[in-house]
Amino acid sequence: MALLQIAEPGMSPEPHKHRLAVGIDLGTTNSLVASVRNGIAVCLPDESGRSMLPSVVRYHADGSIEVGQGALKAQATDPRNAIVSVKRFMGRGLKDVAHVEAIMPYDFEDGPGMLRLRTVQGVKSPVEVSAEILRALRVRAEASLGGPLVGAVITVPAYFDDAQRQATKDAARLAGLDVLRLLNEPTAAAVAYGLDNAAEGVYAVYDLGGGTFDLSILKLSHGVFEVLSTNGDAALGGDDFDHRLFCAILERAAIAPPSLEDARRLQMKAREVKELLTSCEEAPIHLRLGSGELVDLVVTRDEFADMTRHLVQKTLTPVRKALRDAGLTPEEIKGVVMVGGATRMPHIQRAVAAFFGQEPLTNLDPDKVVALGAAMQANVLAGNRAEQDDDWLLLDVIPLSLGLETMGGLVEKVVPRNSTLPIARAQEFTTFKDGQTAMAFHVVQGERELVADCRSLARFELRGIPPMVAGAARIRVTFQVDADGLLSVSAREMSSGVEASVLVKPSYGLSDDEIAEMLKSGVEHAGDDMMLRALREQQVEAERVIEATEQALAKDGHLLDAGERAAIDAAIEHLRVLRAGSDHRAIKTGIDAFARATDEFAARRMDNSIRTALAGHKVDELEL
Amino acid sequence: MGVTLSENAARHVANFIAKRGKGFGIRLGVKTSGCSGMAYKLEFVDDTHDEDLVFDSHGVKVVVDPKSLAYLEGTELDFVKEGLNEGFRFNNPNVKDQCGCGESFNV
Repeated sequence: MALLQIAEPGMSPEPHKHRLAVGIDLGTTNSLVASVRNGIAVCLPDESGRSMLPSVVRYHADGSIEVGQGALKAQATDPRNAIVSVKRFMGRGLKDVAHVEAIMPYDFEDGPGMLRLRTVQGVKSPVEVSAEILRALRVRAEASLGGPLVGAVITVPAYFDDAQRQATKDAARLAGLDVLRLLNEPTAAAVAYGLDNAAEGVYAVYDLGGGTFDLSILKLSHGVFEVLSTNGDAALGGDDFDHRLFCAILERAAIAPPSLEDARRLQMKAREVKELLTSCEEAPIHLRLGSGELVDLVVTRDEFADMTRHLVQKTLTPVRKALRDAGLTPEEIKGVVMVGGATRMPHIQRAVAAFFGQEPLTNLDPDKVVALGAAMQANVLAGNRAEQDDDWLLLDVIPLSLGLETMGGLVEKVVPRNSTLPIARAQEFTTFKDGQTAMAFHVVQGERELVADCRSLARFELRGIPPMVAGAARIRVTFQVDADGLLSVSAREMSSGVEASVLVKPSYGLSDDEIAEMLKSGVEHAGDDMMLRALREQQVEAERVIEATEQALAKDGHLLDAGERAAIDAAIEHLRVLRAGSDHRAIKTGIDAFARATDEFAARRMDNSIRTALAGHKVDELEL
Repeated sequence: MGVTLSENAARHVANFIAKRGKGFGIRLGVKTSGCSGMAYKLEFVDDTHDEDLVFDSHGVKVVVDPKSLAYLEGTELDFVKEGLNEGFRFNNPNVKDQCGCGESFNV
C-alpha cells in the first residue's frame, strides 16, 4: 500500500492525485535528485545511501547502459565508452571544445548543431548521454516517492545559452521527464538559502562545480529573488584542479608519458588526493602503473594550494566582472553563498573570504544546495504549497544581449545581457539613404559585434516611411521581454505613425542551423570583434561620403572645372581603394583627407544654393 | 483509546516539525473522496480548532477532528521503509476494504 507523507495544513493531496515533483541538479561531475517530503527538501539517495550520482554513462558492447559509480570505475579500463563530464558538450560543436579535446579520451565527430561521441553502441549525442543520467535519477525518484513524477525542475548554469538550455530540455524529454522549469543553478542555491534563512540583502553565489564556474549577484528582498548579474567561466571547475594535480604528479614522478589507462587511473587518484586534502594536511600517492612504474609521493595541502593558485585567481575575474555589471563593490555584498563540492577546498574559501572581506556561507551542503533549491521550486510549481506561500517568484535575467542589425552587418545592442525580466527598451534608428521608404529589421541575440557571429531571432520590415533625406526619419524600435522570456519587437516611424512588429520566443523552435550559428558567439573574440566593428563603421562611413559626393557631382558637377572634377574623381577612387582594405585607421584618415579635398566643392555648392534661393528677391524681403 | 503514533513514527514527526521550524503537531483525518469512499489526511498543524481532539503520543501532539475520529478510533500511525520509498502508514482497525493502492478505504 502507498505510503503517505505529511502535507502542509489544508494541502493533503486527493488519492491518486499526488503531484510528485523533483528538483534535479544535472552536474558536470555529479548529479542529484531532491524532493520535498513531509515539508522538507531532501536529496533522494540510492540503495547504498548515496545521494550523488556520478555523471558518468558507460555503454557496454552487449547493449546495456550503466550510469553512476559502476561507470565511473570503468573510466580507467574503458575510457572511450565511459563518458564523463558530458555537460561540457551539451549544445556544443566540435570547434567549441577544441580546448578540452586534447585531454578528453573520446572519439569525437562533428554533427549538425552539436558534436557526437563514437561509442561501442554507435554514435551518441551529448543529449542522449545526459538523458541516461536523467533517466537513472527519474527511476530512483519514482522508486523513492512511490509513483510517477508530474515533473522536474532541472538546473543549468546561469550563462548556458539557448542552445545548451534547449539541449538540456531535449535530454529531459528523452528521459521521460516533464520539465516544469529550467532554473539557474545560483538561483536554486538562493532558493535553498533564502527560504531557510530569510535574510534580505545582496548576495553573491560562488559556484565552483566539477566543470563550470558560475558567479551570480542576487538580491533577496521581501522573499523575492532578483538576479542582478551573472558571470562565469564555462570551462573552469574542480576537474581543472584535478588535472593540474595530475600534471604535477606526472612531472614529479618523472615517468614516461602514461598510457590512456594509466592516465585515467592517475586522474582518479588526483581527484582522491584533492578531496583528501580538504580534511588532511597531506595525502600520499602510491600507485603501480600498468607500465610497471611506481608513483610514490606525498602532496601537502600547501603544495596543492600553490600549484592551483592561478585557478583560484581565475575564478576572481568573473567575480569582478559580475560585480561591475551589477554596479557593486565587494563591500556591498551582504553574504557569499558557496555552491559546488570544489568550494570545500580550504584555499578557495580563504581566497573568497579575502576578496569579499567576510567568511562565505557554508551552512548547507555545497553539493546538495542546488538540488534542494530546485526541489523547493518544483514543489511550488507542482502546486503542493499553500496559497499564501505561493507568491514568491523568481525574477530572471536575459542571458544574452538582444539587438538589431545595423549597416555594415554590425549589431546595435538594445537590451544588454543581465537585464532583469520583464523589460522594455526603446531606441531610435534612422534611414541611410535619401527617400528611403522601407526598413528591414533583423533581431539578433548574442554578445558579438558582428551579426554573423550572433544568433538570428527574427526579421521584419517596416514599410510606408514617408520619403525624407537620409537621417531625417525617426524610427523608434521597442524591445519588450515578458516574464516568460517572450520577446516582442516593434518599430514605429514617429512622424507618420506606421508600425510593424514581430513576436519571438528566444528559447523555442531552433533549427540546427540557428543553433550552430549561435554557438559561434562567445566572449573570447571580444578584441577581434572591436577591430572588425571599427573597420565596418569606417567602411560604412566611407560609403556614405562617396555616395553623397556622387549625388552632389551629378547635380552640381557644373560648378567644377575639368581639373577640379578629375581631382575629386581621383579622390573618390582613392577612398574606394582604401575602403576595400582592412585598416580602419587608414580609412578614417582617407575620409578626413577626402573631406578636405571636397571642401572647396562643398563651399561652392553652398554659395550656389544660396544664390539660387536669393535670386529674384530684394534684400529687404528677407528677415535677417 | 483515540489515535496513537508508533515510536518510530513519533520520532520522524518530531524531526520533521523541528526541521520545518514551526507547527503544533500533526493532524490525522479522513475525507470523503477516492475510489473506495474515503481518504486519509496527514498534515502539519499550525492552528487547532475548538472541536479538535488532541492526543499526546510519545511527546507528539496528534490532532483529530471528531468526525474523523469515528473512522480512526484505535488507529496507529506507523513510519515504514519499503525499498527506497519511506513514509507513513495508517494501521486502522476500522477498515473493511481498501482500494488496491491503499490510498482510500471504506469502513
